[in-house]
Amino acid sequence: MHHGLPAPGLCLAKREGGREPTRMVEALLSLRINGEPAHVAAPAHWTLLEVLRYRLDLIGSKQGCDKGDCGACTVQIDGEPVLACLTLAAAAQSRDIRTVEGLGWAPEAVEGCHPLQDAFDRWDAAQCGFCTPGILMSAEALLRKVGGVVTREQVREALAGNLCRCTGYTKIIDAVVDASEQLHAEREQPEQSTGT
Amino acid sequence: MLRLPQFGVELPSAIDEVVALLRDNPGARIVAGGTDLLPNLKHQLEQPAMLISLAQVAELRAISEVSTEVGPALEIGAGVTLTELSEDPLVREHFPSLAAAAGTVASPLIRNMGTIGGNLNLDTRCRYVNQTKFWRQAIGGGCLKSEGEVCHVVPGGRNCVAALSSDCAPVLISLDAEVVLAGPQGERVVPAAKYYKADGLRHTVREDAEITTKLRVPLASGPRRSAYAKWTVRKSIDFPLVSVALRFDLASDDVDAAVTGLKIVAGVLGAKPRIVAKLDDAIGKKLSDPALTSIVAAAVHKQCKPLENVPYEAPYRRQMFAVFTKRAIADLVAAG
Repeated sequence: MHHGLPAPGLCLAKREGGREPTRMVEALLSLRINGEPAHVAAPAHWTLLEVLRYRLDLIGSKQGCDKGDCGACTVQIDGEPVLACLTLAAAAQSRDIRTVEGLGWAPEAVEGCHPLQDAFDRWDAAQCGFCTPGILMSAEALLRKVGGVVTREQVREALAGNLCRCTGYTKIIDAVVDASEQLHAEREQPEQSTGT
Repeated sequence: MLRLPQFGVELPSAIDEVVALLRDNPGARIVAGGTDLLPNLKHQLEQPAMLISLAQVAELRAISEVSTEVGPALEIGAGVTLTELSEDPLVREHFPSLAAAAGTVASPLIRNMGTIGGNLNLDTRCRYVNQTKFWRQAIGGGCLKSEGEVCHVVPGGRNCVAALSSDCAPVLISLDAEVVLAGPQGERVVPAAKYYKADGLRHTVREDAEITTKLRVPLASGPRRSAYAKWTVRKSIDFPLVSVALRFDLASDDVDAAVTGLKIVAGVLGAKPRIVAKLDDAIGKKLSDPALTSIVAAAVHKQCKPLENVPYEAPYRRQMFAVFTKRAIADLVAAG
């Protein structure tokens, strides 16, 4: 029943105020991150974000509000954008986790740069950059779901859980629409992308 | 950075295992999407020794049409995410107000995680509760629902008036849904209208060792129009500040047809959604008749008395309950 977690009560820690001891359980987690298996030991109460950042050094996903308001920690689980700060790492086992670090390895990436990242660069869609990894993960899920050129309204809706305090969103929306056009144009007119 | 308190995590794969874990571990908490419980734990509002994750309980995730003694119904598994619920063709066809409510919860990210079972069992919220412990200490050490002994909303009050901010709960009540619970004594069914109690500290009739397994929503027996009205400051992420579920049963499939029955349910007042009463004068009137709108809006304004338990001034929210009710009916009439 523990599914890879050691039996509770592995290590006892005294709770403040001398009440009942609580169980401090170190869990052995088997995760799959950006297509690679990762086996890692971490406290059972850690979030996926904490395991990514403080065990696996994947610090692209940002720790912003840490309670689900800002979206800076957005990763994809089984293709859906979700908040790593509110996901228990133990519950993310056996799921397919994608972080911003994996974007450069996506099939549509060119020389380690995803068309979305390229568009963000060209449109100056990142200012301080703190929200960018989360926005990229929400946007990538949108492009995949739509499978064609996206509308500004679709982008606004898809990014409604990702706060940006610098840009006012205009350049971000421009960049996501542009990236979808680039992706779609390449698919529709492959002869133009080969060059002469 | 907000740290979670220490706890163990269990990953059962069946409802029976969840019930056994709940029975054997008093104080253990169920976690599905985690978007309500985890922020509360990070705010140190409770410290369970064990979380029972539903991540691997596949049997909670089905939506299916069933026949009951009283007619056909849709059964919605408690583990269905709010995104799935808002996009499901059966739900959109039969219960547009439910699909709409699920589709307005917080943000797309939270809807991808949060479940209908979690939204139904959302903890009550208050502007003086859902804050960091540091913040709560700054106002003198919390309140009835946290570390303290006082109420900051109703000075001198002894009952917690924290509000249920669930978007789906008023809608489910308006649709005569039933809540199916599984516990050590087996399964029991509670009408959604009787699921909540006017107590911010313990606002549902669910026992600690019970889990919500599914919702059963009866299909309409005749023509119907339904809507969900919500107001928030931002168009995303926020909890509702005005929340009204409306349902009108019609004599024929036309907004100019007479209303044969109606149910109006308001949320975010206290811990229990309010079923608006004394609407008999509306019956027999056309849905498109401005007099019907006036009757319903006046009843909503008279009976819905918001408190300052969530952001915004109570008198303004009270006005807005009526305004958003009127707009929702106007939208239904305009849609035909």
